[in-house]
Amino acid sequence: MPSPTLPAPLRGVTKQLNRSITQALGLTEAVTLRRTDPTSVDAPLTAGPVLVIGQGEDADAVAHHLHDAHLDVRRNLAAPTQQRWGAVVVVLTDLDAPGEEAERVLALGATLRELARCARVVTISRAVGEGDAPATAAARAGVSGLVRSLGKELRQGATANGIELAAGVAVTDPAALGTLRFLLSARSAFVDGQLLPVTGPGRAPADWTRPLVGSVVVVTGAARGIGAETVRVLARDGAHVLGVDVPAAGEALAHVMNEVGGVALQLDITSPDAGERLLERVARGPFNGRLDVLVHNAGILRDKLLANMRPEQWEPVIAVNLAAQVAVTTAVAQAHPGLVQVSLASTSGIAGNRGQTNYGFSKAGVIGATQAWAPVLAAGGGRANAVAPGFIETEMTASIPTMQREISRRVSSLGQGGKPVDVAEAVAFLASPQAGGINGAVLRVCGQNLVGR
Amino acid sequence: MTSTTPTPSATSPDTSAVVRPSGTAVVVGGNRTPFAKAGGHYAGASNLDMLTTVLDGLVARLGLAGERIGEVRAGAVLNHSKDFNLAREAVLGTTLAPTTPAVTVQRACATSIEAAWDLANKITLGQISSGIAGGADSTSDAPIVVSERLRHTLLKLNRARTVPDRLKLVGQLRPADLAPVAPNVNEPRTGLSMGEHQALTNLQWQVTREAQDAVALASHTQLARAWEDGLFDDLVTPFRGLTRDAALRADTTAEALAKLRTVFGNDHPEPTMTAGNSTPLSDGAAAVLLASPAWAAEHGLPALARVVDAEAAAVDFVHGQEGLLMGGAYAVPRLLARQGLGLDDIDLVEIHEAFAGVVVATTTAWADTTFCSEKLGLPALGTLDTDKLNVAGSSLAAGHPFAATGARIVATLATLLARRKAALIADGGSPDTPVRGLISVCAAGGQAVAMLLEA
Repeated sequence: MPSPTLPAPLRGVTKQLNRSITQALGLTEAVTLRRTDPTSVDAPLTAGPVLVIGQGEDADAVAHHLHDAHLDVRRNLAAPTQQRWGAVVVVLTDLDAPGEEAERVLALGATLRELARCARVVTISRAVGEGDAPATAAARAGVSGLVRSLGKELRQGATANGIELAAGVAVTDPAALGTLRFLLSARSAFVDGQLLPVTGPGRAPADWTRPLVGSVVVVTGAARGIGAETVRVLARDGAHVLGVDVPAAGEALAHVMNEVGGVALQLDITSPDAGERLLERVARGPFNGRLDVLVHNAGILRDKLLANMRPEQWEPVIAVNLAAQVAVTTAVAQAHPGLVQVSLASTSGIAGNRGQTNYGFSKAGVIGATQAWAPVLAAGGGRANAVAPGFIETEMTASIPTMQREISRRVSSLGQGGKPVDVAEAVAFLASPQAGGINGAVLRVCGQNLVGR
Repeated sequence: MTSTTPTPSATSPDTSAVVRPSGTAVVVGGNRTPFAKAGGHYAGASNLDMLTTVLDGLVARLGLAGERIGEVRAGAVLNHSKDFNLAREAVLGTTLAPTTPAVTVQRACATSIEAAWDLANKITLGQISSGIAGGADSTSDAPIVVSERLRHTLLKLNRARTVPDRLKLVGQLRPADLAPVAPNVNEPRTGLSMGEHQALTNLQWQVTREAQDAVALASHTQLARAWEDGLFDDLVTPFRGLTRDAALRADTTAEALAKLRTVFGNDHPEPTMTAGNSTPLSDGAAAVLLASPAWAAEHGLPALARVVDAEAAAVDFVHGQEGLLMGGAYAVPRLLARQGLGLDDIDLVEIHEAFAGVVVATTTAWADTTFCSEKLGLPALGTLDTDKLNVAGSSLAAGHPFAATGARIVATLATLLARRKAALIADGGSPDTPVRGLISVCAAGGQAVAMLLEA
């Protein structure tokens, strides 16, 4: 994507240069991704007909559900006439030994040249469980390598992702079907090469296109960037949103919250009484004491090589990005034990990033805290998950030097940076009742960035 | 006929005849911009921009998007003729329901406290259940008009039918007629600026430089502390990159204030008024939401404080009978007398600091037996404990966009009273113990409005 700060004549040059680099390195040519149209959410859900590959009960159940969701579902491998596949779902829940996957995987391969732009490949398989026979574990684990490799082969905005069902979770459970819907839809535009573990049944929303109707969601760092977009997507999905940001960001915060008919709270989340003040505001109208979801989005950057790092660069990053989250959830979870928490981690917290020892610490810490909160909140009926964005086009990343920024965009399977809305969609999905079976997970929204897992 | 004492009925209110509707109006919440210096951050913002923004900030804070409010009542002091329907135009620019009625009002520096008073009365009468009072003023974006001769000629030109008639009219104009006329807020009947008027009042009440500087220092110190304490997190929304009041000097000292040269009353012996103890010209806007307790409860919003009563006063400054900004010395004692209260019954007092001298002269008058007896026919109020006065700073430090000041004070005081009440109850105090706050806002034309709030 050409930098908007470049004068117009230079943009053409940059574009040509990008194209040459892309071809030389065998990288993906970026296409405009299919994203949710707010005036027609999930309609159509996919970019074309959906092929369900697999035999047996589970494959039939998945096909039935998708058919009931008014999708054009096919079981016949022959390419649809004058159309391309919007999605291919491969049901692999019955794999017991390596080799059993071959027929289905090769059938999938035969469809790849017939995929629509921004098509989806989704595998549904069983997670490796304790006590699995070595052959079973081998076959089940193999699926992740298939998905991650395939993600790197797909072109034209198509993605490959997988759902790993834990023992006891049926393909027909709302969490399994809800995750499938998310991965099939435009909501998951920048999610690629990911395997989402589903460990519980979840709950089906009354309206799949507005799954958050009636729920109250708090979003920190709501004034701009990913936070503001998260507010918009949550509101689109039906949530009442309380947006929180530091008092100095109040003007932008008021604007965003009025746009969605939400409420603005000017609050520094690092202040000792932040949790208490948040609860005070939630106790009042229009929320009247209800709080379902807490989105920890607020975060800051103070990049420096560790050799040059000073306390004023280390301490605030840890305080805002990590310590405040833990303190606020501790206070809020006492009053709302069924809290659903979604925290913003980062690929920097997974793979590390030069100049970001402070940020990397904070974001890896967020993942640690998420995994620790998961069983605690589950005891009260809640859950904790994290979203790890890769390179996202925001005001924050616009400050990265041009060349480095361009490389960051290019090193993903989708050959581009994501948009704030892509992260927001993932947050909204994890906040929704159908994601009830996902707990302690880290969902990467990175276009399958090369770094990390 | 033989009595020499003034008959109370002539000067003080007769409490026996007052019959009041049983409804109640409460302050629910407020919002303001940080106040900017003239020509500063908001130089490009109009009154309409600022009023719209401040209403939208209030909407966002309280979750009122799409809500139909009973009435928005707001105004500006420095009015542009194009803003003839300022309040309604502002409403139409906000996320409030476009079916929200609005009225544009003006009572000089008491504009938005007047608006709050009016709305409280309508709410008390049950005519409306919610209302937003507000005000905006820009001294940076002040209207500039043409000379009277040019204006008259242009009007006649518009009516002239023939070219020779038009040429004749144009020929009558002189170069001097073409010069624009900048606005001023000098008193039209005396030609004196407010500062010069206050200098006269200071002389009359022997207000010293030290006393004025002490008021200014306290204003800055207390406003700075309130900002540090986060009081304004729920009362102010930043605007155009300004996040705190631009006039605030948190680090000012008595020595620094004592060094400033005098700017008003310089033809008097020993002038005392400086830029430090006079309010700066400012730009900004403020709004405050009032409602019936039932409306507040339905919306899950707090009733910070009840509007108990209000009183206006006007003084004859034109004939030199009283100082221009001394209205508060009349309105407040009359208000307290009607309510049967003394200064000891009041927990917090807000006196708008047009000049530090206003605060000193007004409180001196409250304590002056002769003044209260002769001018009001009432006993003196006694000495005000300065610990109760402008505890979160006032106009000297915050700035004073004329029409915004009343709403700023009502919202801030109601918040302070609600906090005191909560602290009182937390300490085991009775919820029935009233926590009272008193406001006095002086205004051009010798006017003032006083208001009593109770949490």
